[in-house]
Amino acid sequence: MAHRIVRRTLLKGGLALAGATAARALDRLRPVVYAQPAPAFRIGFIADITGNVAPSGRDMLDGFQMYLSEKNSMLGGKQVQLIVEDAGGVPANALTKARKLIEQDRVHLLTAPLLANEAYAVRDYVAERGTPMIYMVASADDLTQRKGAPNFVRTGWSSSQPSHPFGEYAATELKYKRIATIGSDYAFGYEVLGGFQKTFELHGGQIVQKIWAPLGTPDWSPYVTQLRRDVDAVYAVQVGVDVIRFAKAYRQYGLKDKIPLIGGGLQSDESLLRGMGAPEDATGILTCLHWAAGLTTLAARKFVDAYNAKYKKDPSYYAETNYTGGMWIDTAVQRIDGKVDDRAAFLRSMLAVQLPNAPRGPVRLDSYHNPIQNEYVRKVEYRNGRLVNTVIHTFHNVSQFWTFAPAEFLKQPVYDRNYPPCRYCG
Amino acid sequence: MGASFYVQQALNGLSFGALLFLLASGLTLIFGLMRVANIAHGSYYLLGAYVGLSVMRWTGVFPLAILAGGAAVALIGIVMQRWFLARFHQQTLPQVLLTMGFAFFFSDQALLLWGGDPQTIPVPKVLAGALVLGSVYFPAYRLFVIAVGLCVFVGLWLLLERTRLGATVRAAVDDAEMARGLGINVGRVMTGVFALGAFLAAAGGVMGGAFLSIYPGADFDVLPLTFVVVIMGGLGSLKGALIGSLLVGLLDNFGKALFPELSYFTLFAPMALILAVRPTGLFGRG
Amino acid sequence: MRRSYSGLAAGTAIVAALCALPMVAPTYYLHLLTLTFCYGIMAMSLDLLVGYTGLGSLGHAAYFGVAGYMVGVLATTYGWGFWPAAGAGVFAAAFTAAMFGLLAIRATGPYFLIITLALGQVVWGLAYRWVSVTGGDNGLRGIARPVLAAGFSMSRIQVFYYFAMAVTLVAALLMYLIVTSPFGLTLRGIRESESRMRVLGYNVFLHKYLVFILAGTFCGLAGVLYAYYNGFVSPADVHLVASANALLMVILGGSGTLFGPLVGSALLVFLQNILSGITQRWLTILGAILVLAVMYAPRGVVGAARTLFVRRPAGRGTRVPAVEQSETT
Repeated sequence: MAHRIVRRTLLKGGLALAGATAARALDRLRPVVYAQPAPAFRIGFIADITGNVAPSGRDMLDGFQMYLSEKNSMLGGKQVQLIVEDAGGVPANALTKARKLIEQDRVHLLTAPLLANEAYAVRDYVAERGTPMIYMVASADDLTQRKGAPNFVRTGWSSSQPSHPFGEYAATELKYKRIATIGSDYAFGYEVLGGFQKTFELHGGQIVQKIWAPLGTPDWSPYVTQLRRDVDAVYAVQVGVDVIRFAKAYRQYGLKDKIPLIGGGLQSDESLLRGMGAPEDATGILTCLHWAAGLTTLAARKFVDAYNAKYKKDPSYYAETNYTGGMWIDTAVQRIDGKVDDRAAFLRSMLAVQLPNAPRGPVRLDSYHNPIQNEYVRKVEYRNGRLVNTVIHTFHNVSQFWTFAPAEFLKQPVYDRNYPPCRYCG
Repeated sequence: MGASFYVQQALNGLSFGALLFLLASGLTLIFGLMRVANIAHGSYYLLGAYVGLSVMRWTGVFPLAILAGGAAVALIGIVMQRWFLARFHQQTLPQVLLTMGFAFFFSDQALLLWGGDPQTIPVPKVLAGALVLGSVYFPAYRLFVIAVGLCVFVGLWLLLERTRLGATVRAAVDDAEMARGLGINVGRVMTGVFALGAFLAAAGGVMGGAFLSIYPGADFDVLPLTFVVVIMGGLGSLKGALIGSLLVGLLDNFGKALFPELSYFTLFAPMALILAVRPTGLFGRG
Repeated sequence: MRRSYSGLAAGTAIVAALCALPMVAPTYYLHLLTLTFCYGIMAMSLDLLVGYTGLGSLGHAAYFGVAGYMVGVLATTYGWGFWPAAGAGVFAAAFTAAMFGLLAIRATGPYFLIITLALGQVVWGLAYRWVSVTGGDNGLRGIARPVLAAGFSMSRIQVFYYFAMAVTLVAALLMYLIVTSPFGLTLRGIRESESRMRVLGYNVFLHKYLVFILAGTFCGLAGVLYAYYNGFVSPADVHLVASANALLMVILGGSGTLFGPLVGSALLVFLQNILSGITQRWLTILGAILVLAVMYAPRGVVGAARTLFVRRPAGRGTRVPAVEQSETT
């Protein structure tokens, strides 16, 4: 009897405490605008720092915060209030967070979430609201082709953007004729491969096999052992831990020494290179992306050294793109003397920014709000005890349409599982 | 498709199945025998792998990494069982909530302590090579996993079926009242079995960490697989867990190799079918 | 059965408060509450299985998703209006439950858990793979908010919120009628002991099958509401994690109490969203809260509230709720 009374009292007390804490917490969450003494530049950052994409989300936040701390949280002369919300890599959560940031926190600028499906989830809502949104990582092609909006700015890349020059490079420089491909079975994989296939076949190459494996496949052995051996190279496009698992399987089954491995930009992203089982799993892989930690330009070296000093690792492309994003916003706000409340002027300024000296090189926008920038062919090398992307070739002024006229390019469908079709598949 | 294709895929499937069995062996003890719905089992895998990774980085001794990972997590298991789970004996829903809470906690703490980047436990040099027979290529590490899986099965089976300790465990699990009446310290037996189950999960984590890499989310990736294998094999049946794991490994592998377009279904569709046909699992005691 | 007047009074007070909310609270809370309603219906439907029939399912999100995708495809590709699309969505969920039920109902306990898990993952695989219909990984977007009769549009959250609340109340009422009917009492008997009910002459299989379909149907209703609220559906809505969340809401709120899962839904939605805005370690805190909840309120929040606030007639001891004893079949 006595212990029941004790338990009941404890429970009532606990509820009261919880209620009080909840009240205090809710109080803290009232639109912070009212509590702020001086008007701040509010940036809503939808991060994915938990869940399966946590490492990349973490890099994104780190890169952005590094720029902010270099500028003492002042962008363009305005004090920045960075409101970070975790979406956990789930599209529905990204939408809920976007609602909170726009309706509750009244942010001046929203940073788009990482994944394409999250970006699509928030797209309609943000387009309707008109809040400026900056895409730094989400690379779904169509977001700046058919499904763009006036208030969207992309400073990252589009999935097929680096693949177009790389396809040409593989055919004309590496002189590959027949390639087998293996990739993760979802939109990003289709778009990265699609761009490569288009230009590779345009220059006389042939894709003779296409294998698709579900995202998050634990065991790549059934796929690796299916790859055709009568090819000049294997093109792989995976993300996250699948990259590591595939690279390991590729070597374990003896293919690494026999058939060169090339792939989409993320195949050798710095965040994954450091997780490879053995250096030999990754050395020699050729990829193409707008960033490489092994870039030797002054701006790149400065950024890489500073990032290493702060975080003790090489910056991945997620970190660089967010750092440069910070630089972009800084420049835009400076040009309008900090008047971020004038939404139209702010957007116009964001669209007009040109960065000649970002860590990745020069960046400016095309008329579809997507960046025009360098694309680097990178080779993974083992130097001083770590794996590094060294640049072996540079393409300048690459847009999302490559050498095609936008109108022509937009006539073809979005790169898909079945487009371009595999005409030479045996 | 020549004979070499079938041999290759069979070996692939068996090695994946063996890894699944290593994971499932611990859960067979915890869920199959003790009927504790331990949602934190995936976390045991993850934590064991991370601890093993750190030990491997400091010492480079693979067996030590396995032991250290196993011991650390066994300790966690003891704490969880003694102080939290014991009072919810045979109450599934509270067990689910409790262990899920722990799973979230462990998952986040692992992210905090080891960071988010996926990492791979370096395979010891002696196991880094491969066996080549004609056109069949077989990585040594995978053979190692099969060997370890079989050893664990034999060891556990001998323990449970042929030793006095095993008889004590089976008695305590089947009928706690009676066992207590016979003077068996049921509480201590339960804690011991739970700790062993946690140890096996963690050791599986270290072995898997060299194979599948460790990353935030690995805990929730292996969890459904492990539960499915244990239950598909039949609750309480160690033999069922082994057959179930190997079956899943082979079906998944051949499915992906022969029908790559159906890859999303090769893991779970066969399980659903097997359970639809035999609702108490392959060797379940119902 | 004694009606609980205090419960009715509490319920009315809460509904009144919820009705008044849009006038005082920021829209963000209306969004969170609308989400609570969607997931709440799903959790209550799951409770029909878990709390009342003793069948724990880890594949319930399948019906949520099937209904959502049906609405998505019909509304965006074929331009169907609200009522026909919603009806088709609910029907699709019911149909799926009828099909899956045939496969799953023979299993019990942990076997039922796993076969529903496996079936749920098959639906997830379908959502991912059937790109031409479901949009694959990117999901289906562009589902417009319904326009009811007389051009009454629900694109503003304030309006949709009332709509969602109304749907939730209707669903809760219907489910309440089900569990308090003779059918519902039979279910509780089955939860206690299947063999006993069989001996007494009840068709246990038929009862379980029917409640499985009912649970799936109401879950489909939740999916329809959700699809119109978010305007988009994706495979994540059908994944095991979604099913596990639903089960969590049921347990947290209190299984077998019907309204408990609604409370559990509110708790989980608010905790997840608000905590993740305050600290990066929100998952740690959530885990700790769950552990504490079990230790101090093992019968869920509503279960604990009943122990605290419902006075028992003098002289009777504390009956151990049957829910806890029925785990082994």
